[in-house]
Amino acid sequence: MTAIVVGRGALLFERNLMVYRRAWLMILSGFFEPLFYLFSMGIGLGHYVGKVPVAGAGLVSYGSFVAPALLASAAMNGATYESVNIFFKLKYAKTYDAMLSTPVGPTDIAAGEIAWTLFRGLLYAVGFLVVVAALGLVYSAWAVLALLAALLIGFAFAGLSVAGATFMRSWQDFEIFGLIQLPMFLFSSTFYPLSVYPQALQWVVRCTPLYNAIALMRTLMLGGVGWAQLVNVAYLAVMGLIGLAITRGRIGKLLLK
Amino acid sequence: MTAVAYAFRSYEFWLAYYRRVWRGSIVSSFVNPVFYLAAVGIGLGTLVNKSASPPGGVTYSHYVAPGLLVAAAMQIASTESTWPVMGSFKWTRSYYAMSATPLGPASIFAGHQLFIATRILVSATVYLAVIAAFGGIHSWLAMFAPAAALLTGLAFSAPIAAYAATAESDSAFSAILRFAIVPMFLFSGTFFPVTRLPTVLEWAAYATPLWHGVDLGRGLVLGTLGAAAALGHVAYLAVLAAAGLAVGRMTYTRRLQR
Amino acid sequence: MRMIGCVSPPSGGTLSILGLDPRRDGATIRAHLGVVPQLDTLDFELTVRENVIIYGRYFGLSRKELRCRADELLEFVQLDERADSKVEPLSGGMRRRLTIARSLVNDPDLLLLDEPTTGLDPQARHLVWDRLFRLKRRGATLVLTTHYMDEAEQLCDRLVVMDKGRIVAEGSPRELIGRYSTREVVELRFRDEPSLDLSTRVNGLARRIEALPDRTLLYTDDGDATADRIHELGLHPQSVLVRRSTLEDVFLHLTGRTLVDE
Repeated sequence: MTAIVVGRGALLFERNLMVYRRAWLMILSGFFEPLFYLFSMGIGLGHYVGKVPVAGAGLVSYGSFVAPALLASAAMNGATYESVNIFFKLKYAKTYDAMLSTPVGPTDIAAGEIAWTLFRGLLYAVGFLVVVAALGLVYSAWAVLALLAALLIGFAFAGLSVAGATFMRSWQDFEIFGLIQLPMFLFSSTFYPLSVYPQALQWVVRCTPLYNAIALMRTLMLGGVGWAQLVNVAYLAVMGLIGLAITRGRIGKLLLK
Repeated sequence: MTAVAYAFRSYEFWLAYYRRVWRGSIVSSFVNPVFYLAAVGIGLGTLVNKSASPPGGVTYSHYVAPGLLVAAAMQIASTESTWPVMGSFKWTRSYYAMSATPLGPASIFAGHQLFIATRILVSATVYLAVIAAFGGIHSWLAMFAPAAALLTGLAFSAPIAAYAATAESDSAFSAILRFAIVPMFLFSGTFFPVTRLPTVLEWAAYATPLWHGVDLGRGLVLGTLGAAAALGHVAYLAVLAAAGLAVGRMTYTRRLQR
Repeated sequence: MRMIGCVSPPSGGTLSILGLDPRRDGATIRAHLGVVPQLDTLDFELTVRENVIIYGRYFGLSRKELRCRADELLEFVQLDERADSKVEPLSGGMRRRLTIARSLVNDPDLLLLDEPTTGLDPQARHLVWDRLFRLKRRGATLVLTTHYMDEAEQLCDRLVVMDKGRIVAEGSPRELIGRYSTREVVELRFRDEPSLDLSTRVNGLARRIEALPDRTLLYTDDGDATADRIHELGLHPQSVLVRRSTLEDVFLHLTGRTLVDE
């Protein structure tokens, strides 16, 4: 069963490669967006902000402070956007109707699209890391693991957002994603350290998925990897698995009726 | 005169449509202002305010708020004049429904732009109210900030809609957003003075409509606007908007009569 | 169709609609037209009733007036029960009826219908025909394009056959059949490939003979007599069908049987 799913999912992967060969500009733009943010924050605002204290790494420049957070956020945004899109196409836009009339089933489609999403996310992560390292904003050899972390973050958010999408009734409900994503992006210690918040709020932020993703990425790239990172990893893995379980329970019911 | 009346009939369609989908824009119109001001103004502000010479010489939240007000206008203008325009030609074909009635291409175009203008004004007013709530208004001239946002918005929405009326697929839209709108948002003086940029980029920033809009809006809210600068900004933005409206009238006519 | 609807400029010749010049009075003309476009232009975000109302607003009709008018029109096209439904769940036939209801909102003097029943099931087609026929009886002028000859026969008083953008024939359905075809047609099917000399053998039995790969058509004024003659000749077709000549025969005769790709 699994082998078949993977095999047919690969067909979809192939189709996407074919489609995106012509839409390379779109692929490229996804690579530039986090870099634009990095330059804007690092060069522009960095001058005013100066050095930022990071536990385990000491004082770092503002650019290197935001870089890991931007990579984690990009992984989240990419995964959420794509997986909601996949679900939308599957349920409403009927993009896959032609495929569903062949031996390819909905699970194959979902598996293939998610694999594609993760692959795309990995490409971006590699590109971003190369630039960041070239700028000298990386202080730790653990940074190599940042690629794996990006994949894990992508998996965690993809799983949960596809699961969430199965509960949407109309496309306007999808705005809820924006309502969750934007505050997470803005408030999960992306642009300033947790210490800015009062104690109580700090604990609230610590519970958010993006905070865990950013904390993991930041220690990998700046230093100070410790046992706490196991908590981050476990948090993200469990989140992705729960999402997958929910999705599996609902997808057949929704699509094959 | 009738053309104006016709434009309002097309505008009415967009209002009726909006009554059905307004929930979808709650985030961009009402929630974004609060979130952005809190995160950037207050959160990031705690870091920036430690600087010996913060941008604009004021509290960072006061500096960044008018910038965000105008940048939001740009964002609403550019999303509302890309996919919805193409959709009205290709997907729902609602422009064609209108063109079978007394409404002509110019009125159809104008009605849609009026609707976008309304969206911008609502968003800018919400921003201004939030800015007022945390004491970020330094001058009575701030009451004209929504007008500055509106002018900036039209300098984007009219030319972009003029282009969207010629587009056969939406593939270029995300490129416009990511390679033009997002960089402008990040580098045209919304978050920090463009003088911080390398010289070449600094001059490029001066050429962007968003820089003119932000400088105008910020000058009004902080009360630092000089007459010459104001005139220059308004003229630049007005020329862009007028050119967009003129070209859009042409491209809409061509597309609808094809 | 788009030129008559005053949305495309005339490409040549002279065009006058309701006595007005579309180049100058486009908006005035459109105010008196109802248009049912080939592709529906309904708004999916709005309800059925709202679709009619907002369209009426384009004509500058008052909201109060439109509320009654919308109910009336929806009843006319039998959509009153779906008035508050969105457009999305409607079937193709319902959407078509809604487009027709919408096109009537301004009480048009001239109704333009571009392939009004293409893609509809037989029930929906007959309902649309019925409604269009009632409009006609009330004195409305309908201009419609169609690829269905039975539709043209049902609805048209005067029709124009177009081939590659040129008018090739013009008249009432009856006149056209009389002019370009015979009263009846005999269709012969043979079990085996018809022998080569078949056409020569049946020659003279009919005014015109058309040999197709699967059957042979004999255009004649008395089908039964022709069929009898065939049996007398000792031919034994697998089936013999005698039918009245239709507009379809006229159309195929005038424009040929080869596929025309638009």
